[in-house]
Amino acid sequence: MTDTAIRAAAPKAESNSLLRHARYVVSENPVTGLAFGLFTLIALCALIGPYIVPHDPLASDTAATLQAPSWKHWFGTDQLGRDIFSRVVVATRLDLIIALSSVALVFAMGGFAGIAAGFFGGWTDRIVGRISDTIMAFPLFVLAMGIVAALGNTVTNIVLATAIINFPLYVRVARAEANVRRDAGFVQAARLSGNGDFRILLMHILPNIMPIMMVQISLTMGYAILNAAGLSFIGLGVRPPTPEWGIMVAEGAGNIISGEWWIALFPGAALMLAVFCFNLLGDGLRDLVDPQRRT
Amino acid sequence: MRRRDFLKSATALAATSAITAPAIFSPAKAQSRQETLLIVSESGPNNLDIHGVGTNVPGYEVSWNCYDRLITHEMKTGPNGAPYYDKTKFKPELAEDMNIGDMSVTFKLKKKATFHDGTPVTAKDVKWSLDRAVSVGGFPTFQMAAGSLTKPEQFVVVDDNTVRVDFLRKDRLTIPDLAVIVPCVVNSEMVKKHATEKDPWGLEYTKQNTAGSGAYKVASWVAGTEVVFERNDAWLGGPLPKTKKIIWRIVPSAGNRRALLERGDADISYDLPNKDFVELKNAGKLNIVSTPYSNGIQYIGMNVKQPPFDNPKIRQAVAYALPYQKIMDAVLFGLAKPMFGAPANAATEVAWPQAHKYNTDIAKAKALMAEAAPNGIETTISFDLGFAGVNEPLCVLVQESLAQIGIKCTINKVPGANWRTELNKKTLPLYTNVFSGWLDYPEYFFIWCYHGKNSIFNTMSYQSKELDGFVDGAVTAAATGDMPTYEKDVKGFVDTAYADMPRIPLYQPYVNVAMQKNVSGYAYWFHRRLDYRTLGKG
Amino acid sequence: MLSLISKRLLLVIPNLIGVVIITFLLTRALPGDPAAYFAGPAATKEAIEQVRSKLGLDKPLIVQFGHYVTDLARGDFGNSLTTGQPVATEIRNRLPASAELTLFGLFISISIAVPLGILAAVKQGSWIDHTCRVVATAGVSLPVFFTGLLLVYVFYFLLGWSPAPLGRIDVFYSPPPQVTGFYLIDSVLSGNLEGFRAAFSQLLLPGLTLGIFSLAPIARMTRASMLAVLASDFVRTARASGLDDRTVIITYAFRNAMLPVVTTLGMVFSFLLGANVLVEKVFAWPGIGSYAVEALISSDFAPVQGFVLTMAVLYVVLNLIIDILYGVIDPRVRLEG
Repeated sequence: MTDTAIRAAAPKAESNSLLRHARYVVSENPVTGLAFGLFTLIALCALIGPYIVPHDPLASDTAATLQAPSWKHWFGTDQLGRDIFSRVVVATRLDLIIALSSVALVFAMGGFAGIAAGFFGGWTDRIVGRISDTIMAFPLFVLAMGIVAALGNTVTNIVLATAIINFPLYVRVARAEANVRRDAGFVQAARLSGNGDFRILLMHILPNIMPIMMVQISLTMGYAILNAAGLSFIGLGVRPPTPEWGIMVAEGAGNIISGEWWIALFPGAALMLAVFCFNLLGDGLRDLVDPQRRT
Repeated sequence: MRRRDFLKSATALAATSAITAPAIFSPAKAQSRQETLLIVSESGPNNLDIHGVGTNVPGYEVSWNCYDRLITHEMKTGPNGAPYYDKTKFKPELAEDMNIGDMSVTFKLKKKATFHDGTPVTAKDVKWSLDRAVSVGGFPTFQMAAGSLTKPEQFVVVDDNTVRVDFLRKDRLTIPDLAVIVPCVVNSEMVKKHATEKDPWGLEYTKQNTAGSGAYKVASWVAGTEVVFERNDAWLGGPLPKTKKIIWRIVPSAGNRRALLERGDADISYDLPNKDFVELKNAGKLNIVSTPYSNGIQYIGMNVKQPPFDNPKIRQAVAYALPYQKIMDAVLFGLAKPMFGAPANAATEVAWPQAHKYNTDIAKAKALMAEAAPNGIETTISFDLGFAGVNEPLCVLVQESLAQIGIKCTINKVPGANWRTELNKKTLPLYTNVFSGWLDYPEYFFIWCYHGKNSIFNTMSYQSKELDGFVDGAVTAAATGDMPTYEKDVKGFVDTAYADMPRIPLYQPYVNVAMQKNVSGYAYWFHRRLDYRTLGKG
Repeated sequence: MLSLISKRLLLVIPNLIGVVIITFLLTRALPGDPAAYFAGPAATKEAIEQVRSKLGLDKPLIVQFGHYVTDLARGDFGNSLTTGQPVATEIRNRLPASAELTLFGLFISISIAVPLGILAAVKQGSWIDHTCRVVATAGVSLPVFFTGLLLVYVFYFLLGWSPAPLGRIDVFYSPPPQVTGFYLIDSVLSGNLEGFRAAFSQLLLPGLTLGIFSLAPIARMTRASMLAVLASDFVRTARASGLDDRTVIITYAFRNAMLPVVTTLGMVFSFLLGANVLVEKVFAWPGIGSYAVEALISSDFAPVQGFVLTMAVLYVVLNLIIDILYGVIDPRVRLEG
């Protein structure tokens, strides 16, 4: 083969190899494939959901309350006559936002604090460690409840509370990883080339710990949504009439006994599928990105 | 190996227990079940004494059943066929007769009446208890004052068995006020033994122990879990109650309370969502009794001192926009008496509550808004989270309707413990609340809710000299027995209130009680709590 | 051993101080006014202010904090507004209820998750492995209160198999004489078999709810740990020496894989104590979880502070026990430490 032909073939082979690798992982583990598919569905609902739902999720219709699933209302109606299918689909966006922003926040706070602690050691390590241990000493759900009760039940505060209670976990993982890589060769090389400490942290260490954090991130996404549901059950969730899976399950929970199972079941199923998907996704992402860690 | 075997045996044990331990009672258990009444509710008392500091409403139920008062009410048949207290007829409870003079009333005590510990009830105990009620402050003192009972000097011991209550002024409400829960008779000698300098009335002792002469006494109290009552077999305040033992259990989950009732494991509950009451009634396995609150209304209140609701046109627009019937159907499931939609030509009655003439008319509401606030308004609507079952859907429906006429509301949930504080600040622009008074007289309601002296229940900060005149006139007329003036004044203040609309009545709520079919003797009282003394099984 | 304990305790004290301070601030930040609560529904502004000064709530935060800490040193956790009882007494009474429930739930969880994890590891990649993964993950994907309510609906309401969710023991049985506060243990100690069965049947549904919720982390950790051990040299040697599968897996592999599982158990236990609050609410369980939740909703400071502090101390003790267990299970740790 001539040089150009070889060179031309190489980049194509690279992109092909990632796809091939992905396909291999998915075929090895069909559950991961399922998770990826589910995630695409969820993302789709979040993006275009509000535009394609048959009914207005906020429109009450007291003549049609508590109707079982039918052709008109695929998932039935709730106690105010609102269409549950529309509400479940529209709620995807809010729940995805809660999940993603919680994760982004805790990753930013915890991840960065963790790698700083692991990298610099000394006082940074001690302070971050103290904060982390103090948070961990609280019963976490009660801490979240306390934060939301004290600051008010808005989506922002729920996200903040979730981020705070997951902080120690991220700190621990990030710190351990940063510690291991502190004296690694590539870090020394970067330092020699004149990179400042923060640049090293951001550009070199952070990308290397991403694979390990992937699993944690996806687990946290699921946990964030469950947390919001638990808070709604106590009355500290999002404000009505906003559709959100957790508050729909909490409201519908009381109707199970009287036989209106659809009010809690459909949002509950959606919630379960989403959390399920995130959990399995984590495993799959780890398999994809870091073959050494595959279990 | 060994571990495995242990696991296996444990699972087997679990499986058999699960299947063989349903509600099959052993014989001893079955018998005691028959003699005991099991009440389940969402929350329980935090204090067994209504005179206590910060006693909550469930605590009132304990006081009512474990303590006696000088007089009580006769019963009549209520609007739904069940026994209902007669607000105008009194009968003796601890007193054996009552002699009403011009500026005083004298009571002769039942000679054989004793407290739970066996000591006789004397006039000294009565005076000490009434002094206590007007001196401890807080709600009890406030309630006593509602009947012009404010000074210990008003209570006079005539002799060992006779007590006289002197009036400060003529007030129609004095005698009824002596029959409410607050002026209960406490075993003064027993409580005084536990009083200290810091606690001269012995409130710490009566918080945990009942020291009364009532039909029941508290045998045990595990705060937050249960209260166990035992009958006082020496009770003289009325016919001996049928039930020997009453267990009041706290079950926080409404769904579970309903399940317990439906499976027959609980006897009474009054704490269920309206929807459950309707369904249970239709299913026919339980007895559901619904009685309208005496002197009570759920309303939409507005702060009339600040914009935007200081403008009467906007208030009227709101009154036209509210989804009254939707609320009746979807939130209350029909279990309430509408306070809206009276025919336009209906004459004002001398009664309270009564319906106003507004009904849902979005066109009229929009027209008023076009005049008063063409650019729309943004505000918040608040409610008491303690009653979220009703308040939340109600506010969602109201929010939706108001949005149609250009009023955009955010919903503000206020936790139950903070609700009073928030209301008392009198800064909430728009909210829903319920008020009802123990003394079922129109002027009583209006004094607290509309009068310009701005009591804390005048949540709207409403001021109207005209209305004040009518209310004061009605109070005086009632005291002197001048019926024509009384009727004119009552109609006057109702008309004024409905012209200005500082608060918009929605409905008169129902008290709903669900009981097993073999439970009899439920009676409605002004305090809306259970009276155990008439309840029985079988 | 002693030095390990004392070193650990010293490390923990600053954490506890942090917890006390944060809880104090957090409860003070809660909306709600105990003075208004005490003054009653009909109080005027003056009356409320009077009560406020009587309760000492008008003093600056630092002074209030000082009072709180001095009370704490005496063991006085304050009084609860909603129940009117001293917090310390209530926590002492309610702690065994929560602990018994959590341990029972953990027991159920371990007895399902560990065998499942071992099975999945041994038959890695097969459909058993995938099913194990799916089942475990499904359990943790539903909100715990929803699982609880569903179980009540199916097993009590529809099938009637389970007794009424009225708390720890049927209303008509009296609890066994108090020795540990654990009804199961106490009823056995006093020879009351009927009481044991009653208490046990009440524990089943809430325990199952908690167990389902904690399946996933334990199963996952068991599986991962077993996989790592099964791939190790000594296992290969054992197999090569001709030992049968059962001996290899149970006697050799599992013992060595237990260590990370024990750590996970500790984590799961502390997590469950937090998840307890919702389960206790659903099953009317008189534990500290429901106590704290009711107090939090009512802006009742003292129980919340007491609860958090108790939990913090409990975690410390728990972590200590786990570290000691570590040493017992794995001699290497002991020698190195």
